[in-house]
Amino acid sequence: MAEETFLTDDFLRQLINVGEVDILVGLPTHNNAKTIGSIVKTIQEGILRWFPRERAVIINADGGSRDGTPELVTGISIDDVRPGSNLNALRTLHAISTRYGNSPESKTAIRTILSAAELLQAKACVVMSPESSTIEGEWLAKLLRPVRNEGYDLVSPAYRRHKFEGLLITNLLYPMTRALYGVRIREPYAQEFGFSGRFGGEFLTQNKWADATDGDGTELRFTLAAITGQHRTCQVFLGQKEYIERRGSDLVPALRQTVGPLFSAMEPDFPMWSAVAGSQPGPTLGPDHEVLLDPMRINRKRLREMFSTGVSELASVFQSILSPSTLEELRAIAGMDEADFHYSAELWAKTIYEFAASYQKAVISRDHIIQSLAPLFRGRALTFITENRNGSAEDVEKNIEILCLEFERLKPYLLQMWKSRE
Amino acid sequence: MREMIISELSQAAHELARGFAHYLPRLIVMLILGFAGWAAAYVVKILLRSILRLIHFDRLSENAGASQLLTKAALPPATEVVSRFVFWLVWLGFILLGVSVLGILGLQEQIGRFFFFLPRLFVAMFLMFFGLLAASFFSRAALLAAVNANVPSPKLLSLAVRSIIIVFVLSVVFEELGLAEQTMLVAFGIAFGALMLGLAIAFGIGGRELAQQFLEKRFVREKKEANEDELSPL
Repeated sequence: MAEETFLTDDFLRQLINVGEVDILVGLPTHNNAKTIGSIVKTIQEGILRWFPRERAVIINADGGSRDGTPELVTGISIDDVRPGSNLNALRTLHAISTRYGNSPESKTAIRTILSAAELLQAKACVVMSPESSTIEGEWLAKLLRPVRNEGYDLVSPAYRRHKFEGLLITNLLYPMTRALYGVRIREPYAQEFGFSGRFGGEFLTQNKWADATDGDGTELRFTLAAITGQHRTCQVFLGQKEYIERRGSDLVPALRQTVGPLFSAMEPDFPMWSAVAGSQPGPTLGPDHEVLLDPMRINRKRLREMFSTGVSELASVFQSILSPSTLEELRAIAGMDEADFHYSAELWAKTIYEFAASYQKAVISRDHIIQSLAPLFRGRALTFITENRNGSAEDVEKNIEILCLEFERLKPYLLQMWKSRE
Repeated sequence: MREMIISELSQAAHELARGFAHYLPRLIVMLILGFAGWAAAYVVKILLRSILRLIHFDRLSENAGASQLLTKAALPPATEVVSRFVFWLVWLGFILLGVSVLGILGLQEQIGRFFFFLPRLFVAMFLMFFGLLAASFFSRAALLAAVNANVPSPKLLSLAVRSIIIVFVLSVVFEELGLAEQTMLVAFGIAFGALMLGLAIAFGIGGRELAQQFLEKRFVREKKEANEDELSPL
């Protein structure tokens, strides 16, 4: 209940008016007027269709939208959903919006949602992304039912993705979390996920919200907290997810949101991950992935150029982070023609492990370590694209599995690096 | 006559003996201070070395770029240099204290000046170290941002950032030490002005082709990007 002080009086008053709820839908937003209307309608439809008897609330945590997003969330009436849908509301469906700041920050948005869930004593909660254009009402049921009916604490999503979509997840986050924690979660950094009120409350108490160095990436911390806390986790296949606006060039912020929290979690989680070997598949409702093979026009030459430039220009930075042998191999790759270019799974896994060990020891500014990974990731992405250019869904999955196994095989190397730098 | 000479000689010997007796305790005090100073300086050196190792000062110095300078000058690591420097400073302080006990006129004032100068020396060293650290941090930040934004000549940009900060830090350090303030001020003005002028000329004349290539590259890439799919990392 200490979280009460963090929430505004007005928001607290609105929460008190709502009373206890069974289901809470969290909606973190920032200038999402383009999509938010249809998303709120879909959420309302999902609640009416799948949970008509439950007491439900939509909590919008807004990061200072200037396009009227919060007004759109609270302004949509449940009557807008009903026409022609044969859906009837048995209970009042509340929608509350609160502004937590003037700029978006996933940490504060999630903290707001978790605080509200704790105060309203919500049994099952779900966080939905405000950016998707293909969200379905059924997603709500898929993410909430395992919590409501089967006692899971965290429900991670699985999507139908293009084979070259989410390369940071397939080439780094998934293989590394799998190798570290021994749990196979395809989307460790999820923007849509379900969770129990119990686990949400526990995370709210345990997470270091005041730590300014933590920054963003709370979604990933949430997944890792469920794993390390030995909570019941599962995956559920949602379907295809499309974004209204792609954020292709935002590689450095993406690295900060995902790789930063993953590396920083390794230090407190060391007793756990150092004792894990191999990995086990977790419970999954539906397939754990699906791959789209549509042709995609990717500028591979540019990827190679940015990799080579990065390796040569950042040599002084890499000398502080990487071992001489790894750096030498990277230099050799940087000098290769596009046709011969190959950033192997083994070298990539070694690179990431050396980065993780250097991050822990803060050999240079941690943010600089994360930033310097960007050109190397482009090199690895180029190899993945080349390997799977004409590959089938099975080939793509096979290559991801090879990479994951390489991360698992080289885990003793990570431990060695970790200890040698102590 | 003979008696007079003997008397003068004995008086002189007497005065010498008295003078020697007068100075001997002071000399002994000076020697004691010298030895005690050595012992104190040694203890300070050992303690300081341990503390610096504990806080990974060598790594800090490496980040600041000071270690590279030391290596080039064939000097030991930063921890060793700092602890040795402090050792000599402490010992020298004790020796000067001992010398001042001798009460030699003229020397007292110089010793006083030395002790007055010490705080400024420490502040200057502090400014220099953190200035180098800031120069290293910001030049690396510029380098990373330029590489990730695919800006041409990222190293040049990084070097420019580092040079500007170091020139600024040096001018502040010299001002703090009170050494050639006017000269440093003029030198800083000239160096900074020359750098800006150089950059302007380089951009306007020398970098004409580079600027053209850069703009062409940007323009062509933008055209290409219209036909390309963007990769989403997440």
